[in-house]
Amino acid sequence: MSSLTDTGAAQVESRERQKAHARQRSLARIGLIIAVIAVAGLIAAPFFVYPVFIMTVLCFALFATAFNLLLGYAGLLSFGHAAFFGGAAYFTAHAVKVWGWEPLLAILLGAVGAGLMGLVVGFVAIRRQGIYFAMVTLALSQMIYFIFLQAPFTHGEDGIQGVPRGDLLGLVDLNRPLNIYYFVLLIFLVGFYAVWRIVHSPYGHVLQAIRENENRAISLGYRVERYKLGAFVMSATIAGLAGSTKAIVLQIATLTDVAWQMSGEVVLMTLLGGMGTIFGPAVGAALVVTMQNYFATSDVPVTVIVGVIFVLCVLLFRRGIVGEAIRFLKR
Amino acid sequence: MSTSADAILSARGLTKEFFGFKAVNNVDLDVREGTIHALIGPNGAGKTTVFNLLTKFLTPTEGRIVFRGKDITGVKPADVARLGLVRSFQISAVFPHLTVLDNVRVALQRKAHLGTQFWRSNRLLDRLNDEAHDLIEAVGLAAFAAHDAAELPYGRKRALEIATTLALDPPVLLFDEPMAGMGVEDIGRISDLIRRIAKGRTVVMVEHNLNVVSDLCDRVTVLARGEILAEGDYEEVSSNARVREAYMGSEDG
Repeated sequence: MSSLTDTGAAQVESRERQKAHARQRSLARIGLIIAVIAVAGLIAAPFFVYPVFIMTVLCFALFATAFNLLLGYAGLLSFGHAAFFGGAAYFTAHAVKVWGWEPLLAILLGAVGAGLMGLVVGFVAIRRQGIYFAMVTLALSQMIYFIFLQAPFTHGEDGIQGVPRGDLLGLVDLNRPLNIYYFVLLIFLVGFYAVWRIVHSPYGHVLQAIRENENRAISLGYRVERYKLGAFVMSATIAGLAGSTKAIVLQIATLTDVAWQMSGEVVLMTLLGGMGTIFGPAVGAALVVTMQNYFATSDVPVTVIVGVIFVLCVLLFRRGIVGEAIRFLKR
Repeated sequence: MSTSADAILSARGLTKEFFGFKAVNNVDLDVREGTIHALIGPNGAGKTTVFNLLTKFLTPTEGRIVFRGKDITGVKPADVARLGLVRSFQISAVFPHLTVLDNVRVALQRKAHLGTQFWRSNRLLDRLNDEAHDLIEAVGLAAFAAHDAAELPYGRKRALEIATTLALDPPVLLFDEPMAGMGVEDIGRISDLIRRIAKGRTVVMVEHNLNVVSDLCDRVTVLARGEILAEGDYEEVSSNARVREAYMGSEDG
């Protein structure tokens, strides 16, 4: 503290301090502008694009964003996130169709149910690191898949079909396209904000430190298992929120949503868009869902197209679309 | 078990077996409060293993560890750090993709109980900035505060690591080869830094560079093949025949 006493050095210091904060602020401002444009676009979108399509994109975008909380910011690759997405869809579909619950309450039930599953899976999985962590999550999600396959309430291969959309809070008829659209948009924004808040919180700061160097975080006195478990449960809950909402939008909950392929798809969306970036996973999800939608009616098998794009992404722009864009802006 | 009264950190009968191989065998250690204590020895002597045992990154097969009169043999590593026994690593341990400022703030955050708030803005951490900048300046990194830690040259990474460790204001610091891989200039700077921060604290360090050891350390423990060969101040230890044979090998001077 005493080593730097001459004024020249002191000026350099304070300039550096300011520069550090200025750089962070200008990037944050660009993010804010993009967010405002995106929200304005989403508010206007149903007048130009088929609403069910955008709602599907929003559900997957939220799913990928929740997944990215874990992969991008805590450095944990879960290969079983379909269990939370699809599991929540089953809970919500059942609550609405069989118990006649109000849709918002049913969606919250799905999210909480997914969070509880996340607590159990996470509790076991965080004891292992790297590829073993991924394997444990995969194994446990396969067990959950099997339970959903066998449990009578899911109707096995048929799934829960014809889920009624119902009236939001008994007031708003969700069968009208614009009503359900803005309801889904609101859920998406709340979920997206939650992830943004967590990432840019003191807790998120520690999570990133754990991702960067777990042993060092331990040696600074952080009980890293608790932090990881917390991130896992939050990620599972928001993934569940996305799955529940999808069940209301598409009025169906099926085995596709809990199968391991779905876990793979969310990894792909996240990497394509840019893991560890706020907007990346949503962009990746939009891209993948659009391609699936576009090529669904053509002769070209969509998995091949998505596969090729994924390989190109890994080879040419490893940071993902948004990740590369941020790098470009920083220069 | 009896430990020396003025020892802040003691080990008795510390043993670590890996598949029958005794990497550390029956080590008794007393680190006196306020001293700089060196652990030296040839490669494979078990110095780093002892370090990992003391900080609980490894669980001893046998033996006990006492820190400030409290048995910490069964305590988890994060909780050892919370008790005030904070270590560094042989490979420089920074958070590479966080800025220098954020590296230090992570440590300050834990002490300030700002680790778990996930619903609040990280602007809350700005209240730690002044303290963080002071620490960064103290280790001569003021001009690098906004840089990612990954961009720093090796010697400066070690300086950052020390600043991060100091942020916890621990009574006991453990440095695992703080000078490893450093040039002469960096060694001088880190030596000065360690001497400066050792005031009012206890430092345990593993070090290969004997000049540094003789220069800095009050007490030296020599390990060879997992056992203690000698202990004393640098003069005593360096004139010990067994140490010269095991540690310095062919050297005659």
